[in-house]
Amino acid sequence: MAEEVLRVKDLEVQFKTAEGYLSAVRGISFNLKKGETVCVVGESGCGKSISALSIMGLLPANGRIANGEIWFDGKDLVKLRQDEIQKIRGNDISMIFQEPMTALNPVFTIGFQLCEPLRIHQNLNKTVAAKKAVELLKQVGISEPERRMKQYPHELSGGMRQRVMIAIALACEPKILIADEPTTALDVTIQAQILDLLNELKQKFNTSVIMITHDMGVVAEVADRVIVMYAGEVVEEGDVETIFNDPQHPYTQGLLASVPNVDREQEELTAIPGSMPSLNEKIEGCRFHPRCPFATEKCKLQHPSMTMIGNHKVRCWLKGGQVSDDNINSQRDAL
Amino acid sequence: MFAMIIRRMVQLVFLLIGITFIVFMAMHIAPGDPASIIGGPTATKTDIIQIRERLGLDRPIIIQYLDYLNGLLHGDLGISFQTNRSVAEEIWIRLPNTVNLAVASVIVSILIGIPLGIISALKRNSWLDVFSTTVSLGGISVPHFWLGAIFILIFAVHLKWLPVGGLHAPFWTPQGFKEIILPAITLGTGSAAMTARMTRSAMLEIIRADFVRTARAKGVKERAVIWVHCLRNAMIPVVTVIGLNFGGLLGGTIITEQVFAINGVGRLMIESISARDFPMVQGGVLLIATIFVVINLLVDIVYALIDPRINYD
Ligand SMILES: Nc1ncnc2c1ncn2[C@@H]1O[C@H](COP(=O)(O)OP(=O)(O)OP(=O)(O)O)[C@@H](O)[C@H]1O
Ligand SMILES: [Mg+2]
Repeated sequence: MAEEVLRVKDLEVQFKTAEGYLSAVRGISFNLKKGETVCVVGESGCGKSISALSIMGLLPANGRIANGEIWFDGKDLVKLRQDEIQKIRGNDISMIFQEPMTALNPVFTIGFQLCEPLRIHQNLNKTVAAKKAVELLKQVGISEPERRMKQYPHELSGGMRQRVMIAIALACEPKILIADEPTTALDVTIQAQILDLLNELKQKFNTSVIMITHDMGVVAEVADRVIVMYAGEVVEEGDVETIFNDPQHPYTQGLLASVPNVDREQEELTAIPGSMPSLNEKIEGCRFHPRCPFATEKCKLQHPSMTMIGNHKVRCWLKGGQVSDDNINSQRDAL
Repeated sequence: MFAMIIRRMVQLVFLLIGITFIVFMAMHIAPGDPASIIGGPTATKTDIIQIRERLGLDRPIIIQYLDYLNGLLHGDLGISFQTNRSVAEEIWIRLPNTVNLAVASVIVSILIGIPLGIISALKRNSWLDVFSTTVSLGGISVPHFWLGAIFILIFAVHLKWLPVGGLHAPFWTPQGFKEIILPAITLGTGSAAMTARMTRSAMLEIIRADFVRTARAKGVKERAVIWVHCLRNAMIPVVTVIGLNFGGLLGGTIITEQVFAINGVGRLMIESISARDFPMVQGGVLLIATIFVVINLLVDIVYALIDPRINYD
């Protein structure tokens, strides 16, 4: 079995709001192995980006990690000082974002922005860094890399900018790449190209990838393992075949049923009824029960914990879930 | 860029013709006869008619205007009614003082305004922010002459640290520096305040931008995130404000020069207006308008230097 590169344990993230501290991420745990791609899926607002930003130490100013540990390279990232985590960001752990159009600084050249991580983390001088940057641009499939170095972001298309972002993220050959919906803002053909590129580079450098998406098509294409999140919690986790062929949680089943599928053209798409609760909504019992077609009395009252079923984990009473106290803790902290 | 500069220069010519017309007419229509001022209280009617003839004021106003324009085209700003010396020469003698004052004030407004704005934005809602926004608001509202008088009272009269007035050397020399401090702060405070406010709001907006998050994600140190990635972007609107302020600043030199007894173009203008010295006033206004237009042109050039997305061609 491949070695573990990242372990997130009971991570809880809160935001300071007018109503006090509210939890956006409620005690999630997962690990990531070397060379593995884990997809984090779930509806908008379930806490995917916030979880990722916590790992990077880049939470918005009103956010805080209230609880939990993030173990990387023998260190708990939660406890590191700013200058210590700066040495890890862009070097050992990199991140690319959803919006390539705004992710690059409009007033600096591509070359400057691409050389920055090389100069910071590898102490390369200008000429050496520039040489390496040109190489990187070639690797991410950008034509005429020497000319691109001198261009500004507005002179490049969205797909090209995302390629540049990938080059920046991979510049220092990080151990972990976090990609937060890297293709959502791009059109379909470009999406496929970017995914192929990520797959190819990942294999080349044996990078571990955390891919955030709400597109099950993307999951099918890149994932080794899938983490399904709902309202700040992990509700199901398993390898990609099991999740697709044998989803256990009603929420996962709903997500999969709402994906268009050429094989079942005739069938209607079934969306999950209702919507994600907002941060300030208090929900007793299972957080999914208000939207769950199978909810029982027990689901309304008691919060289930993660249970192993075969080789996957699920948080559901119908699948033999156990009473957990972690939800009680997070409710208390929220007050 | 070059085409833009040429275009602006052509615009400037038309603008200046328009300005001369307005100022010329305004001066001639306004009450008060230069001839009787020059002649003094003892002058007889014939004296005054003679003076009017000598100055060419007896001709129809349109002819006078065309004559003036003709002179301008040949680089001749006319002769002062008061001193009988060339207007260009009179202005030229005083211009260094005014330029000194204006430039020093802009420097003051940049040196105070930009750091204050940045600190405010970074320490948003802290006591420092509240203090600086309050001071900024005060700085915008306080009139120059009052501030100048207070400064003189405190730093020149009571503490005797700085001279009461006058300006006899460029601001970068020791003597000039001492002489310019109070006037430059007096004149620069308002625009420092505006610059601070603009810097603060621009920084607050930029700090939330996606590319700032990208910079942090790359491991860029916080100091470089602010001073490299944010500042250059935030400067785009700030440069506009500084450019616009310059217009107000030129107007402000008139009062500031008066308060601090600086022999500059502003003071010359006041004297010329009360003496109905038409050519002198027109010359001064033309000069100020030209400087204003040139400064705005410079601002647009600086724009293009800061922001690669701007392309004037
Ligand atoms: N700065 C903030 N202050 C308060 N609440 C926030 C803040 N940032 C995010 N949230 C809340 O935290 C929750 C999780 O947000 P997050 O961005 O992680 O969602 P997501 O799963 O990435 O959704 P999407 O698919 O739309 O990107 C949301 O309910 C969001 O409203
Ligand atoms: Mg997100």
